[in-house]
Amino acid sequence: MGNNHRDDHYRTINRLYTHMKQKIRIGCGAGFSGDRIEPAVVLAEKGKLDYLVLECLAERTIGLAQKRKMMDATKGYDPLLEKRITTLLPHLVKNNTRLITNMGAANPIEAAKKIIAIATLQNVQIKVAAITGDDVLSVIEAGKSSITDLENNKPLSDYNIISANAYLGAAPIVEALATGAQIIITGRVADPSLFLAPMIHEFRWATDDYNLMGKGTVTGHLLECAGQVTGGYFADGVKKIVDNLDTLGHPFADVFADGTAVIGKVEGTGGVINLQTAKEQLLYEVMNPHEYITPDVIADFTTVYLEEIGKDMVQVSGGGGAAKPTSYKASIGYKAFYLGEGEISYAGAAAYERAQLAAAIIEKRLQPFFSDIRIDFIGVQSMHKTTFSNTGKPYEVRLRVAAKAQTPEAAALVGEEVEALYTNGPAGGGGARKYVNEVIGIVSTLIDRNLIVPQVKIFES
Amino acid sequence: MKLFEIAHSRAGDKGNTLMLSLIPYNEADYTILRTTVTAQKVKDHLKEIVQGEVVRYELPNISSLLFVCYNALSGGVTTSLALDTHGKSLSYALLEMEIE
Repeated sequence: MGNNHRDDHYRTINRLYTHMKQKIRIGCGAGFSGDRIEPAVVLAEKGKLDYLVLECLAERTIGLAQKRKMMDATKGYDPLLEKRITTLLPHLVKNNTRLITNMGAANPIEAAKKIIAIATLQNVQIKVAAITGDDVLSVIEAGKSSITDLENNKPLSDYNIISANAYLGAAPIVEALATGAQIIITGRVADPSLFLAPMIHEFRWATDDYNLMGKGTVTGHLLECAGQVTGGYFADGVKKIVDNLDTLGHPFADVFADGTAVIGKVEGTGGVINLQTAKEQLLYEVMNPHEYITPDVIADFTTVYLEEIGKDMVQVSGGGGAAKPTSYKASIGYKAFYLGEGEISYAGAAAYERAQLAAAIIEKRLQPFFSDIRIDFIGVQSMHKTTFSNTGKPYEVRLRVAAKAQTPEAAALVGEEVEALYTNGPAGGGGARKYVNEVIGIVSTLIDRNLIVPQVKIFES
Repeated sequence: MKLFEIAHSRAGDKGNTLMLSLIPYNEADYTILRTTVTAQKVKDHLKEIVQGEVVRYELPNISSLLFVCYNALSGGVTTSLALDTHGKSLSYALLEMEIE
């Protein structure tokens, strides 16, 4: 609790700005590109939000978006953008809630134009700010033989690169907020920065006050996966009982000028916020809790205190940070391979034996064509490479076969061979399915901050 | 007794690295977990899954442990042939661990 003195200090300073808000409410209505739309609508309609954040950009999502942009220069933003904005805009306008989202994906400019078109259709006047500068494909392409990736230490020229995006920080969003834009649309931005930006803007936090940057990042991290802090990816139906997951509410945080926050959700929505959900989310995807690195700060999560202060209310205090890193992380998407998959099920007596027989046949048939084949027995051992001490014969088993190929045609052979087991394989095989998917791989590298110049472009309806 | 009886866990991933939190239902059990569930014990328990080092972080403020497991996701989320490429289900592999 060594930060208390410093917090008091800031409280005093903040009082000098009498017109400044002492509390803002930031909601998170999406935690990934495929997230439900309805919880965001509930937040926008009933959440009394100052800001709504939609985080819709996973590592691979931007590579796929870049591919769509290559085929059509007016595309490359989130495929659900139109549906999300059309549904949310009336509530955002009515309740004077500003939206910050990374749905711009590979094309924030075209995304902004699309939002303006939707606003015009709905007869509302809005200002949209698009943030660019995260796309570093040209920088990477120019230096790819001398730049190596962090994962395998291989030169980037070894990869068939389709996208390269640096994780921007909160700074360009703060700049965009200062223009008065109601909607800020970005490409790749570090997830917690989407939340930290409105705190910096509203509370006039100095961006070199790493203690506050760290606190804001902690709150952003707790919110960024939306339903994961309200009982999603948590409930087990046995020891962790969560009511009404079908109407799971997404979270908001009441953030105070000293950096403390209270995580909550709209009354009447499903799910739960308690110490357990908050602890799980605080540690989610954390590589080192002493040093959680974002473009804004190296945050310390080990000094965070969590406290249940009411039903579905967890207070977040403590936390801090040290100076931001000198480089940006960039994630690089490359064409990896085509994934061919086939599945078929066996049930009843000798189900496992029949699945094993099928696997042996498939291996012989596929081995001449593929170097990398994986066979799983779903229901026996497909998830953990072991069953620990659990034994016993399963009543039914689903065989899954997967292999890597260089072309979609070659990948299709996997599913075709599995399907052919209907008439050529063991008795009673049912429910065959086949899939072919292109796989985009991701590696990362570090880029000097000076090579990246984020830009804010304004559009008005 | 399995860890599942006294603790819960969430799995996360970054590239080929797996993170597993371990959180006791009763905060008083944090001491037991801290003493019993060492990094080495987790590495042994997950030997089929985790190929690299296991680093344990202690978070006494929230009575929780975090295990960061390197080289654990068959080459990483994006290019693995595994069904559960992210290792999202691996929290329940940790909770299978038997403790006294």
